[in-house]
Amino acid sequence: MLRKYSVQLILIALGGIITYIAYQELVSLYILTVLMFMGVNIILSSSLNLVNGYMGEFSCGHAGFMCVGAYVSSVLGVLLFTKDKIFGAPLLNPDLAVYLFPVIIIIGGIAAALFGLLVALPSYKTRGDYLAIITLAANYIIISLIQNMDIIGGSRGFMGMKKVISNMEDVVYLPWMVIWVFVFTVGSIWILRRYVSSVFGKGVSAICQDEVAAEIMSVNTNKIKTITFMLSSGLAGIAGGLFAYIVGYVNPGSFNILKSTEALVMVYLGGMASLSGSVLSAILFTILLELLRPLQIIKWVVIPLILIVLMQFRPEGIMGNRELSDIFPKLKRFYRFK
Amino acid sequence: MFDDFNLIQNLINALQWGSFYALIALGYTMVYGVLVLINFAHGDVFMVGAYIAFFVASFVLSVLGLPGWAAFIITIPATMILTSMVGVSLERIAYRPLRRKGAHRLYVVITALMCGLILEHANLAIFGASRKAFPPLIEEHVYHLGGVTFTNLKIIVICAAIMSFLTLQWIVTKTKVGMAMRAISYDKFAVPLMGIPIDQIIVTTFILGSGFAGLAGVLFAMSYPILEPYMGALIGWKAFIAAVVGGIGDIRGAFLGGFLLGAVEILVVAFFPSSYRDLIAFSVLLVILSLKPTGLFGIAKTTKI
Repeated sequence: MLRKYSVQLILIALGGIITYIAYQELVSLYILTVLMFMGVNIILSSSLNLVNGYMGEFSCGHAGFMCVGAYVSSVLGVLLFTKDKIFGAPLLNPDLAVYLFPVIIIIGGIAAALFGLLVALPSYKTRGDYLAIITLAANYIIISLIQNMDIIGGSRGFMGMKKVISNMEDVVYLPWMVIWVFVFTVGSIWILRRYVSSVFGKGVSAICQDEVAAEIMSVNTNKIKTITFMLSSGLAGIAGGLFAYIVGYVNPGSFNILKSTEALVMVYLGGMASLSGSVLSAILFTILLELLRPLQIIKWVVIPLILIVLMQFRPEGIMGNRELSDIFPKLKRFYRFK
Repeated sequence: MFDDFNLIQNLINALQWGSFYALIALGYTMVYGVLVLINFAHGDVFMVGAYIAFFVASFVLSVLGLPGWAAFIITIPATMILTSMVGVSLERIAYRPLRRKGAHRLYVVITALMCGLILEHANLAIFGASRKAFPPLIEEHVYHLGGVTFTNLKIIVICAAIMSFLTLQWIVTKTKVGMAMRAISYDKFAVPLMGIPIDQIIVTTFILGSGFAGLAGVLFAMSYPILEPYMGALIGWKAFIAAVVGGIGDIRGAFLGGFLLGAVEILVVAFFPSSYRDLIAFSVLLVILSLKPTGLFGIAKTTKI
């Protein structure tokens, strides 16, 4: 009984504690923001792990899908709920923002999933290095598309999301961003966990082992690849939407190859095909990034160096194809997470 | 918009712009052909080459006090040698230990990506974010020929690209080293058994690839005399696209792909606002790869189970 519900209980308790801390303002806004970035990074790294780890492809344009999600959900939010110079009066009652905020974020995710087709369709014919280039090209295409759209700010960026948040807080005063980041993070991990342990997930790991053999064994590889790419990019879009609302400002330049590299670092630090590894490394990486902040530009020398050393001595990452319950089998007695 | 469009003028510009892509793409394709490794640090090696050229040229001009043409003659070989040393040390420090361990290809690719980032940001940390102005080496002459203007610099760039291509093509197809390179790409395990020093050949490959990236760095710095640490990243990625479009691993493909990409970009700028350049260049790549996944000259491999 306890084993069945232990994860749910822990998660509810954790969510409650974080919300309470944020509500009472026990910690500074800075720490709260770092915590929220942690959630975004967890979604990013675990969704990239689905493609790079479980499916064995090399996607290096994850930030592009994040960019789509960020722009779609922030433009939608500003358009619907706030008075803006460009878009004019709000289309809906600003008080509805409280209820429709998750819907907006999810619409951003769906839009990003549609852009995932940009990668999924060529993947029928290509794989390996050539597919890596296609993901990279997709990243650049998305960024330059947005840079050329003047109505949403072009390369100057887009802002006004803070007003949506303050609208939500006017109705009911709660730390809404913290709550939603927590909910979406847990939700994404849950979806990914369900997905990789389902029949589709078996197909995904079959593609990773040998695509031709998988196809002969009657795995519909094209269908599985499409769904996997779309799921991965859709979750990246959700992460992007949350990111946009946390920062309150988006700019196509901040979703460039450097951001994609960050996501790659997190995946390989944590270990391929390991969700708990991705979660762990996202948390570690966010803390590391904040600790190294005083180093400024040297930070970007230190982080790649860490990864190079890791590749030399422990190329499989921290967890390396194993979940937490494989390393500590005794933990299985206490929880079940499906 | 169409009034001032001049086909020959644009063609010359495209040839010059494509020359840089071709020179860098040659390095990508050499390393890929031999090692089956995407050397993602190559674009940054090109950037390092431009910086080395800047320091060599400033040194020769101001400390030694030689005239511009002498500086030009000294800078090119010096930069090529120094840049190839950078490339070789990358191979020795980062790639070779992984290769010895027989690590998965993916890990080498990630290492390469990270080496590129380190080169970029170490440069940024050491020399600061301020842009450097490259000193003019040779006097620029502008020629007019029936409404078409071109400079001696453009001719030098185009000639250098063509000559590098011919040299590389000769090395790979006619010499013993080239034969060894082709042998390694054909069968990596049988080659050492035939008494071919595999590490030496790989080092030679890196020397050639990085040397031509250094040459591209000098010429680029002379044509567009402003240097910044991020200049290598985008040009490197695009040169890589050129190599892939041509069929990576094939020298003719890299050369042609470079000029093709240069032509596409120049023509896009001639007809559209210049901010559409990246968008269209990458879309062309996407279309070509979807239609012919192995590139123009690439050969499809059959997969066995």
